[in-house]
Amino acid sequence: MKIVVGVDLGSTTTKAVLLDEQGRIVGRGITNSRSNYEVACAIARDDALTSARFDLLDRALRDAAADADPADLSQRLHAAFRLELYLDDLGALARRMGEVLDAGGPRATAQVRQGIEQALSEMRERAHATFLGGGGRKSDFFRDLASAAFVAAAEPVAATLGLRFDDLVWAFDRAILDVETELRELAFASLLARAAQRIAGDLETPSLRERLMRVVDEIASLPIVEASFVGTGYGRQTLPFPKAAVRSEILCHGRGAHRLFPGTRTVLDIGGQDTKAIQVDDRGVVTSFQMNDRCAAGCGRYLGYIADELNLGLHELGPLALQSKRAVRINSTCTVFAGAELRERLSLGEDREDILAGLHRAIMLRAMSLLARSGGVRDELTFTGGVCKNGAATKVLRELVDENYGAGITLNAHPDSIYMGALGAALFALDDLDAGRPNLLEVAAPRRAPPAAPANRACAGCS
Amino acid sequence: MKAPLAPAPRDADPARDVLRRAHALLEDHGLANAAAWKRDHPGRLAVGYMPVYAPRPLFEALGCLPVAVFGGGDRDVIRGDSYFQSYICHIPRSTLELGVSGALQGIDAMVFPAICDVIRNLSGMWQMLFPDVYAAYLDVPQNFRPEVGGAFYRAELERIASDLVARGALALDPERLRAAIVTENARRRALLALGDVRREEPWRCPASEAYAITRAGGALLAADHLALLGEYLAAIALRRGSPKDNVRVVLTGAFCEQPPFGLIKSLELAGCDIVDDDLQLGLTYIEGDIDAEAADPLGALVTAFLERGAATASRYIGDAHKGDALLARVRRARADGVVFAAASFCDPALLDEPMLEAAMDEAGVPYTSFKYAENTGQFHVIREQAGAFSDAVRLWESAP
Amino acid sequence: MSELVRVGKSPAAQRAAEAENKDRSQVRQKRMISDHFDKLARAKEDGRKVVYTFVPGNLTELIGAFGMLPVLPEINALQSGMRGRSGAYIAEAERGGHSEDVCSYVKCDLGMLRSGNLGPTGTPLPKPDLLLLSYTGCFTFMKWFEILKAEYDCPVVMLHVPYQATGQVTREMRDYVVRQLEHDVIPAMERVAGKKLDLDELVAQLTRSARAEDAIVDVWESAKARPSPIDAYFGGVYYVGPIFSSFRGSEDAIAYYEELREEVRGRAARGEGPMTPDGPMGEQKWRLVVEGPPNWTSFNDFWRMFAKEGAVVVASTYTRVGGLYDYGFRHDPRDPLGTLADYCLGCYTNHSLPARADLLEKYVREYQADGFVINSVKSCNSFSAGQLLLMRELEKRTGVPGGFIESDLVDPRYFGKANIENRLQSYLQMLEARREGRAPERTALPVALPVLAPGAT
Repeated sequence: MKIVVGVDLGSTTTKAVLLDEQGRIVGRGITNSRSNYEVACAIARDDALTSARFDLLDRALRDAAADADPADLSQRLHAAFRLELYLDDLGALARRMGEVLDAGGPRATAQVRQGIEQALSEMRERAHATFLGGGGRKSDFFRDLASAAFVAAAEPVAATLGLRFDDLVWAFDRAILDVETELRELAFASLLARAAQRIAGDLETPSLRERLMRVVDEIASLPIVEASFVGTGYGRQTLPFPKAAVRSEILCHGRGAHRLFPGTRTVLDIGGQDTKAIQVDDRGVVTSFQMNDRCAAGCGRYLGYIADELNLGLHELGPLALQSKRAVRINSTCTVFAGAELRERLSLGEDREDILAGLHRAIMLRAMSLLARSGGVRDELTFTGGVCKNGAATKVLRELVDENYGAGITLNAHPDSIYMGALGAALFALDDLDAGRPNLLEVAAPRRAPPAAPANRACAGCS
Repeated sequence: MKAPLAPAPRDADPARDVLRRAHALLEDHGLANAAAWKRDHPGRLAVGYMPVYAPRPLFEALGCLPVAVFGGGDRDVIRGDSYFQSYICHIPRSTLELGVSGALQGIDAMVFPAICDVIRNLSGMWQMLFPDVYAAYLDVPQNFRPEVGGAFYRAELERIASDLVARGALALDPERLRAAIVTENARRRALLALGDVRREEPWRCPASEAYAITRAGGALLAADHLALLGEYLAAIALRRGSPKDNVRVVLTGAFCEQPPFGLIKSLELAGCDIVDDDLQLGLTYIEGDIDAEAADPLGALVTAFLERGAATASRYIGDAHKGDALLARVRRARADGVVFAAASFCDPALLDEPMLEAAMDEAGVPYTSFKYAENTGQFHVIREQAGAFSDAVRLWESAP
Repeated sequence: MSELVRVGKSPAAQRAAEAENKDRSQVRQKRMISDHFDKLARAKEDGRKVVYTFVPGNLTELIGAFGMLPVLPEINALQSGMRGRSGAYIAEAERGGHSEDVCSYVKCDLGMLRSGNLGPTGTPLPKPDLLLLSYTGCFTFMKWFEILKAEYDCPVVMLHVPYQATGQVTREMRDYVVRQLEHDVIPAMERVAGKKLDLDELVAQLTRSARAEDAIVDVWESAKARPSPIDAYFGGVYYVGPIFSSFRGSEDAIAYYEELREEVRGRAARGEGPMTPDGPMGEQKWRLVVEGPPNWTSFNDFWRMFAKEGAVVVASTYTRVGGLYDYGFRHDPRDPLGTLADYCLGCYTNHSLPARADLLEKYVREYQADGFVINSVKSCNSFSAGQLLLMRELEKRTGVPGGFIESDLVDPRYFGKANIENRLQSYLQMLEARREGRAPERTALPVALPVLAPGAT
């Protein structure tokens, strides 16, 4: 199969979308962005390739295992695959922690080594339940999974050995950053084979086992050829790609949204670091756009600060805000003062839900101005970016659009719209392929020193 | 204005009714009043004007109702915001929001006095966005020689007058202008009387009330404002109470963008008696009577502007010493200190402020400073700051 | 404006650039500027009076006729920006109580003054004998000199230039300016100079100005050629140096502009483009009109962002702040004071917003631009307030989309390189997509929903 790849390197997550030569979406992947952009891109792409192969696998299983429950089988296989991947990563983590301990000086006592080994072994044992136990996971990103598991395992170990928790965690903290930015090839075929072995024992009949193994072999060895690549994203100016393989995120978001909702004429994208209002024509070509200025007021990051301040998960804010009966009026969406404003409101006795509702409204008011600045809202408005998953934000947007542009506007918000930029990039990659000037994503071995994070600009206040 | 009515001290507060009427005018920027006036005066024009000073007697003499359009307060701003970058002050946003939302449909003309580049450019934006509305930039002279700046200013007034006449205003008649000047002078004296009460018995007249009663005049003919002022002065004379142990401050900010009521109240709650302010400086911009007997009343209006215009950030003061005028206000008000409040991103007020502060330092007058926007919703910090300031002033005064 | 180029480069880089760059006009400009600073350094001992004044609506011929030497605080500020000093100067002014919100030119100048008032040559600038507060197109100038007045013990004289709110200059406006010159400005200058105005000398200055002005218009119009032999914004700020600052009315100015015109004509004849910070410009993919001043703290980076995308600026409004000559105005020696008034009244920022839209529209059409970019600077409300409407209006009138960038004049905190580059590249790619007229999306094909299904991870 020949595919094209689009990658959107965002400030929080990196997304990849694969299209086949006919422009059909065949895979998508996501990972957390990290200090090494190349690795983030490679992992997102690998994740997308995995999803593409699983998609093919699902179809094959529907034919080959129609007598069993193919959906259930596929789900178990997928979970087992994730487990194998996790165990591989855990192996890399253990190796790296060993190196850290070797170089660790006086802190790396025998007792600490023992504690860490016990914790890691505990993590390996619990992994099974995490992936195959049927419970949900908050995140699939290795860093998140491993951090949570290490904390859970290390605390009792520390208590038993009479160590401080900090004695164990420092080596983890160092190693996880290195493991995360290390480029390791995804051995899909062997991971899948191991996953299949793992679940095969539970299968009812030898025939089913045999059919599963055959499908797995077939899919794992199916050649997938990357024919073209385009990258985009927040870190665009430092993207590790040739210039010809880079497209502006504005163009990609506009085009991706239009591809998914062809009636789209206006796109609102609220991401971690910026907000974009984009107008597109009937072909998905951007005709005008506006971005927030250098100040991140009213962007996703603002909600992140609020969540931190309230000690809540980002995903919990929207549902709480929706419980509000009377939104508090808030005029400032300055990230710098977000915490202070919140504390003051709470101290005045305002309800948390009402404050959150007010904050969501303030953010969306700002977005409305940007929309108006870009030329208003026409026909269909497609809301994309991380914030569009927030139900309170979507609700306020609906109200404000109705108030300002009449009730006839279709509002699209897709739960997967964080992939819009990557989808647009993939469409450009397909253009490049058609025009006979494709580029490929070639990831070099990572440099030792990760690039410095962009310097924070001083905030000079805002209106 | 969504600010609550000024709290009446008691149910029987004699000023409650007049305050309610004043607040009602502010709530909708005087637009309902303007609409009613236009119904009663078919064919006549309502002339909107922006801060700081506008020649209201001239508009009245032309048979127009002058309506102060001093921003949209804290209403939600969406489209207005879409025309301005984040580093521009707030008043043009909310004013445009009023315009594009159709709230100003009853306003037949808009006058933009020369006070800063933002308001200046807003005049051009108005011309582009509302081609059917007469939008005039009123360039006021910074040269105060009669034969130089005076001649120019007179030509500006004549130009705007004739443009308004062409749109249905009454012809410029000296008799009507003299009459308008007489009323304007009376209104100014009533405002001075209000100032006297604030200075002598601040407990009778909180600044937030004085502000509402004064600002209501922006929506009224001078004669009607005069009546409102008279009613309020009579009502507060009946109030009973006693002096509070507050510090006396002058609030200054070369105000164009208006601070929210909450801000003024916060200062009062923090223990400050605001005994003088320049919140509505346009209404008392001419210091002293305009000559109502002059054979050439337009010339009298011009002369008053040249010779007796208030020293504020948008006016060039030539060889005069920056801060002298403020110091005189402080002395007259027997104030303990000055509160500087500047609108965020207001170049004139913010650039003036360090010079004024230096003058206060030199004279040993304590002060405190902060920024605001017309839609500021949080006063906690301001209250803290003003509270600390008033405590400090008290300590400083009681020090041996 | 041109001074900065010199000080912006290290001596070695400068020599290298000069060796490569055969433009004799640039060498000449450099010499002119260095002579001027020499004169300023010797002003007190030579007994020459020093006038501080502003670029828009400057009265250089009048100053020249009195034999006085001008110092332009705006240029000092932008030079400080290019030399990487402005951040510290602004911090100094803010420590002194100035707000972060206000014009960074003022704060930079004040900070420089409080840090020893060292000019680009490293020697202190002479104190002013007169603050000539010309007031064209910017209210902040008035505040600026009020602040300087408190710092210097010298007279101030104001020239208030009324705004062209209706898009035209009326007789009353012109009379007002002329009368101020007669009643206030010239008498004040005579008092400082200790002599009467030499009208013949003023006439001679004005005559020379008109010649330089003829030449610069030819330089601007050269950008109508394809490829354009000049960059009318980044290169343009060098070209306006002499005519906006101390040299209009001098023989030096004529020599410079006539030489420049010949060079530009030569490049046009050879089909060559302008120089950029990285050498001669290659393919000119985009012809742009730019509205708004440049950023000075990252001037070369900013220029490169355009140059490396093949974007050449064919007309700009910033290069009209010190005089708008394209549509006929020339200093006219037959009416010395009247022509000074017309000049002051005609500077770009003194035009109403509708008039600015008209001018920009003309530029887009006459210079056959593919697009236009607005660089909106935080400091300058005179330029910036209303630019978003200007953009919409221009898009409507020309059908050409506009790009919008935000930065500042000399406050380095406001140059967000990533943000600006992102916007500019997005804008140019948008132009590209329009130019290519890409084929309609293959939306007829089914979307493979398993991958992008609602409810997935």
